[in-house]
Amino acid sequence: MTEFFKTILPPVIANSPILDILVIIIKVFIVVNFAMINGMYLSYVERKVIGHMQVRLGPMRTGPHGILQPIADGIKLFFKEDIIPANADKPIFFIAPVISLTAALATLAVIPFWEDFIIADINIGILYILALSSLGAYGIILAGWASNSKYSFLGGLRSSAQVLSYEIAMGLSLVGVMLLAGSANLLDIVKAQENMPFGMYLFVQPIGFFVFFMAALAETNRAPFDLPEAESELVAGYFVEYSGMRFALFYAAEYIGMVLMSFLAAICFLGGWKGPDFWFFSKVPPVIWLLIKVYAFIFFYLWIRATLPRYRYDQLMGLGWKLFIPLTLANILITGLVKLLIET
Amino acid sequence: MAEVEKKLETKNLTISLGPQHPATHGVLRLVLELDGETVVKCTPYVGYLHRGIEKLSEYKTYLQIIPITDRLDYISSLSNNIGYCVAVEKLFAIEVPERADFIRTITAEMTRIASHLLWLATHALDLGAMTVFLYAFREREWIIDLFEKLCGARLTVSYARIGGVRNDVPEGWLKDLYNFTEEFPKRIEEYETLIDQNRIWFKRTKGIGVISAEEAINWGLSGPTLRGSGVPYDVRKFMPYAAYNKIEWEVPIGKNGDVYDRYRCRMEELRQSNRIIRQCIEKIPDGPVMADAPKFTLPPKDKVLSDIEHLIHQFVLITKGPMTAPIGEIYSAIEAPKGELGFYIVSDGTGKPYRMKIRAPSFVHASVLPRLCIGHLVADVIANIGTIDIVLGECDR
Repeated sequence: MTEFFKTILPPVIANSPILDILVIIIKVFIVVNFAMINGMYLSYVERKVIGHMQVRLGPMRTGPHGILQPIADGIKLFFKEDIIPANADKPIFFIAPVISLTAALATLAVIPFWEDFIIADINIGILYILALSSLGAYGIILAGWASNSKYSFLGGLRSSAQVLSYEIAMGLSLVGVMLLAGSANLLDIVKAQENMPFGMYLFVQPIGFFVFFMAALAETNRAPFDLPEAESELVAGYFVEYSGMRFALFYAAEYIGMVLMSFLAAICFLGGWKGPDFWFFSKVPPVIWLLIKVYAFIFFYLWIRATLPRYRYDQLMGLGWKLFIPLTLANILITGLVKLLIET
Repeated sequence: MAEVEKKLETKNLTISLGPQHPATHGVLRLVLELDGETVVKCTPYVGYLHRGIEKLSEYKTYLQIIPITDRLDYISSLSNNIGYCVAVEKLFAIEVPERADFIRTITAEMTRIASHLLWLATHALDLGAMTVFLYAFREREWIIDLFEKLCGARLTVSYARIGGVRNDVPEGWLKDLYNFTEEFPKRIEEYETLIDQNRIWFKRTKGIGVISAEEAINWGLSGPTLRGSGVPYDVRKFMPYAAYNKIEWEVPIGKNGDVYDRYRCRMEELRQSNRIIRQCIEKIPDGPVMADAPKFTLPPKDKVLSDIEHLIHQFVLITKGPMTAPIGEIYSAIEAPKGELGFYIVSDGTGKPYRMKIRAPSFVHASVLPRLCIGHLVADVIANIGTIDIVLGECDR
């Protein structure tokens, strides 16, 4: 992209740092819009997919097959009254959804869409993602606390405990990948997968993938781990006091979180933007391959939501600490040993 | 250190679950005292749906009470109708024709299926399995459509009458119902594939809300909530009414008395109900559907329109009630989908009951909630509310 701008812009600008900033702004613009549209339409896809799984149609009224439903929802939420509970801690109440959404969006900076399209090619990509998604938990905890409502408070507490414990499992499940690739940079990880069976880490890191998948469900508060917002217990959990646009921000953050986790899964375990290299498959643009993998993963998310009941809070924690963390630790040990044996 | 500990006191968190809460099945309100997520104290508050049905009945004729009983347990209104009519018939010593008995049995079991389906749907939804909800509603809709064909109403049917039922079944209706019974067992299996062998479902239901057989009897539980603990008490077997003694069926019971066993009990009851309906359709005799008791039952409509005496008779029955009602009192119970639904009626010889008391299973079951919930987690409270299967319309009356 930089080369393209160099040809059309006057040399004074083309050779100055302004150009780099300009290119980054354009990239950010593209990625944020992509994420927002994905987040919006994910709500539609979720309702449609689950609807069809449950012998009903899902949204049908707004536009053909309800295709404009997310836009209608967005407009509605935008014009809703912004209700602030009288006893709420106002500054924190205001800032909590912003933290959630910002953390979710900022994570996209290190996601490579294909080889040449990445906003920030930093060498600690995975660590950056883990750090920011933990930061997102702050939004949830603060929202639960600042609402000054018992239900939100319980939801916030549950969420903080859940996100913290599953953060560990998720981090550890990605260690196997980092060991194999020898790097925490997402570009390097994709490149390192080329000489693996089917060009994916999925088959050499099945345990890692399994734990990552479960932890991703728990991280993004999705069924069967959707305890922080368990509607039958806590009504809506931490955001029960939110309305209008602030509520929409939480929702957007949740969906973008889902998209992000799917990207991470596709990049770390499913070979990123690389597709099969024969027949007309090799002509398909790499970004399409990445999106296919991402959406397949998202479909799994929805499928699980339509199928499984919800875990209980203590069972969820038990599962995380007693099963997933030991599993990933064993996985790291085995991966390290095998790698050591092959290399020596 | 001791000083710090003195200053850092912990306080239990009191939350009000309901009356507007998605999992309390109506307007039940539980005030929970939580230590962390563990319930230390649980106080059910009822009465948000109190309409004074018992008192109201004292001002209505025996006939006019039937539609009021619809509003008790509005998901299985026909059971209430039948329960009330059976009580009044015993009091008035009316012999119900056999065909009417069979139709009552069929429709009561249909109601049981509809009620259990709604229970399954909401119980599963409360535990997070949302697909079962819509699957169960699909079949419930089928049953409700059949009710609509039978009597025109879908929920509050008011179909039973003192001395029989309002009308004979329409032509082809039994065939339609038979088709349903052919298909229904497959649908039960469909629900079971979703939750029955699911590890998460096991974890959420096994060993939760355990109540022993003895304790369950002492608490006055009835229906599937009691049978889940292994007590084979079913009013249909012990004090048969309608046509239940003329057909073969079993009383499914549980063993451990936990949420899972009660769930299994109700699932088996769905199958047994299906079996009862099929047998009834095969065995149903021909004949009248109203008893020959002109003092208590309305005269046929065509005679009312052509004959002055019948017109006067109808007028008196409607406005003043059966004036020749025998003096006495009666307690009579039936097996409603929720449990033992009893009617205690005192007659003073006028056209209106002197006193009517309803033994509502939901009311008794709501009282056992603290026993089931204390010491468990908030999530289990939801499972327990689901498992005792209460309807607040009946609980508050």
